[in-house]
Amino acid sequence: MTGAGVPGRGVARAGAVHAAMIAVVLGALWWRAAGAADGIVVGGKIFTESYVLGELAAQTIEASSSVPVTRKLGMGSTGILFEALKSGAIDVYPDYTGTLAEAILKRPDLKSLDEIRQALSGMGLTISGSLGFNDTYALAVKSQFADQHRLQSIGDLAPIEAEVRAAFSYEFMDRKDGYPGLVDSYHLNFNPQKVNRMEHSLSFQAIDQNAVDLIDVYSTDAKIRKLHLRLLKDDHDYFPIYQAVWVARQSFVEQHPREWQALLGLEGKISEEAMLDMNAQADIQKIGFNQIAARFLGADAPPSAGWLHEVARRTKEHLWLVGVSLLFSVLVGIPLGITAVRFHAAGQAILLSSAVIQTVPSLALLCFLIPVFGVGNKPALAALCLYSLLPVVLNTFTGIRAVNPSHLENARAFGLNRLQVLWRVVLPLASPTLLAGIKTATIVSIGTATLAALVGAGGYGAPIVSGLSLNDVPTILTGAIPAALMALVAHGLFELLGMALIPAGLRRRP
Amino acid sequence: MLELQNIYKTFEGRTVVADVNLTVPKGATHALIGSSGSGKTTLLRITLGLIPFDKGYVKINDQALLSFTQVEWADRIGYVPQDGGLFPHISGRNNVALVAKLRGWRKSRIDERVEELRKVVDLDAEILAHFPREMSGGQKQRVAIMRAAMMDPAVMLLDEPMAALDPLIRRSLQQELKSIFQRLGKTVLLVTHDLGEAVFLAEKITMLHEGRVVQTGTYRDLLQHPANPFVTQFINAQRTLPDAGDLP
Repeated sequence: MTGAGVPGRGVARAGAVHAAMIAVVLGALWWRAAGAADGIVVGGKIFTESYVLGELAAQTIEASSSVPVTRKLGMGSTGILFEALKSGAIDVYPDYTGTLAEAILKRPDLKSLDEIRQALSGMGLTISGSLGFNDTYALAVKSQFADQHRLQSIGDLAPIEAEVRAAFSYEFMDRKDGYPGLVDSYHLNFNPQKVNRMEHSLSFQAIDQNAVDLIDVYSTDAKIRKLHLRLLKDDHDYFPIYQAVWVARQSFVEQHPREWQALLGLEGKISEEAMLDMNAQADIQKIGFNQIAARFLGADAPPSAGWLHEVARRTKEHLWLVGVSLLFSVLVGIPLGITAVRFHAAGQAILLSSAVIQTVPSLALLCFLIPVFGVGNKPALAALCLYSLLPVVLNTFTGIRAVNPSHLENARAFGLNRLQVLWRVVLPLASPTLLAGIKTATIVSIGTATLAALVGAGGYGAPIVSGLSLNDVPTILTGAIPAALMALVAHGLFELLGMALIPAGLRRRP
Repeated sequence: MLELQNIYKTFEGRTVVADVNLTVPKGATHALIGSSGSGKTTLLRITLGLIPFDKGYVKINDQALLSFTQVEWADRIGYVPQDGGLFPHISGRNNVALVAKLRGWRKSRIDERVEELRKVVDLDAEILAHFPREMSGGQKQRVAIMRAAMMDPAVMLLDEPMAALDPLIRRSLQQELKSIFQRLGKTVLLVTHDLGEAVFLAEKITMLHEGRVVQTGTYRDLLQHPANPFVTQFINAQRTLPDAGDLP
């Protein structure tokens, strides 16, 4: 009976090794994610003005103290920023009173800064006073058109209401405080045939080419200046107030009173004109955010890290995201694929659920994961891990199923135990398919990892996201080209890996 | 010595094998013959210890199958699957040495044994470095026999050893196989549907029909004293080519 115990021990040992590997990965993940931020973290949303304000905040803090500042600008949406703030992943970011009342507090009735501050304090958050400008909806026409029809305010549209051609964004048309309330308040009666719904960025093009006469804009949008548009006055104070403010964690205010005071120093200092001007510098003149902010603060721009350094840093972040998710998909996906082959019912459940995950749009998946993982590396990694799972599970399953069952029976007849059958026969024979699955997972995850920037995890997505919001192609390319190169390198590495891992007897002959 | 005593096997309420008795004395070559569905493949898998059975004993040198683990039993019975059944991803040599390596044999011992068997089956040394897809049918069959004999089992079990070969190669390999068996000196059980092969290679034949043994004996016994009409019918059915006189 000497040999009887050996297979059992072998299985147990392999199980232990497997568990240890998973533990190491999870541990590393946690450590990395938890230890990511020290000093003060300034956040910002994914549009020009938020980048500029975020940079202003960062430089203001840097000028007033020696605490290191980390910038997490260009994060996805209000929801993501807000979760980040609550979880402590960021300390402060710029936002607007209207947004806070409506999107965060769900209390559109709250109008004054004090009311909003009061409501936020229950969540351990606070806001500054107004920075000095109101970025709200406005109606814009071309200067020429305004002169021609003597337009000063929204009410002046009444005489030409039947013939004016308008293009409004979907959001503006649908929001109660948008179009429906506007026509009510001003008793306007536009010709519905001449009111178009249009994607916001396209409406600027439409008015520039005289395809329409009237569009909705945000009052500090740089394109107002670029296209020589004139804003119509809101005599009825109809549009909600979107005062720009700093939103911060109360604990940050307490721990860094000096830095918070410095930020409060900007209250009332940024006029609508000044903000529009800074937005125009970014959008039209393509000046860097750090320079724009420095110019406004009357300081020298902080030395920029340099192009190569930036790419190196993004590469490191991107490799980390792809590497960890890949390791996960291999360590979890292959055993899941094997399980799926062995147990029919469980197998169908595994394959179906990993396929379902794949159908969840990546942004939606990130949003689902934020309440669980917060922001930064953790949700990005979790999403990438989930996405890279399907190709690995599916190819493991398919690869093993394709192995001729007579080989399995023969192997048992020769006296191989279960683990030896798996390791010496099944996996080698399935290895070409299996490796193809891992390769697919890698390349998909190199692409998908660019979305990690939306939750502040950096990577090549960071320049892509900020470039997109600026419509700045060179910046987009500093992220997109390295990402494409990384995919090419991965492809090459997998070819080499194939030569090393796929048994020679199965390789195609040249 | 290989013994099958009183073996019964039912599968999903259907009797597949009933009351099978078969003894292969030490060093003898015995053929188990039957058409498809006769239960011979089930019996082969039972003998290899791959599937459980309901009643009876399988013994090698008076030691019963049920007192061993699958791994221990495998070292007592060398198996040559249909078409050789070589693993396609590893070389001929690694196919032969696989189990010995897993049992922790030293390299020198493995090399020695492989060389010894290579001479027995009369195979060119360089063929062992080839992958199965690069070998001829006859070469595969020889490598498969080396693999089966590697752990020096008491019994060798061959499943349709010639089925996949073309007639000319078949003829010469049959001759070869006979002398290989003699040189190996093993107890051999051959499972086949081909009477010609059974007659040529084996001293005795057991004919199986619908899960039961119809007759055991030499070809002469089967031919001259058939136990029942089925035996004659089976023998006559094998003569597929008409005699010259019968040609139109």
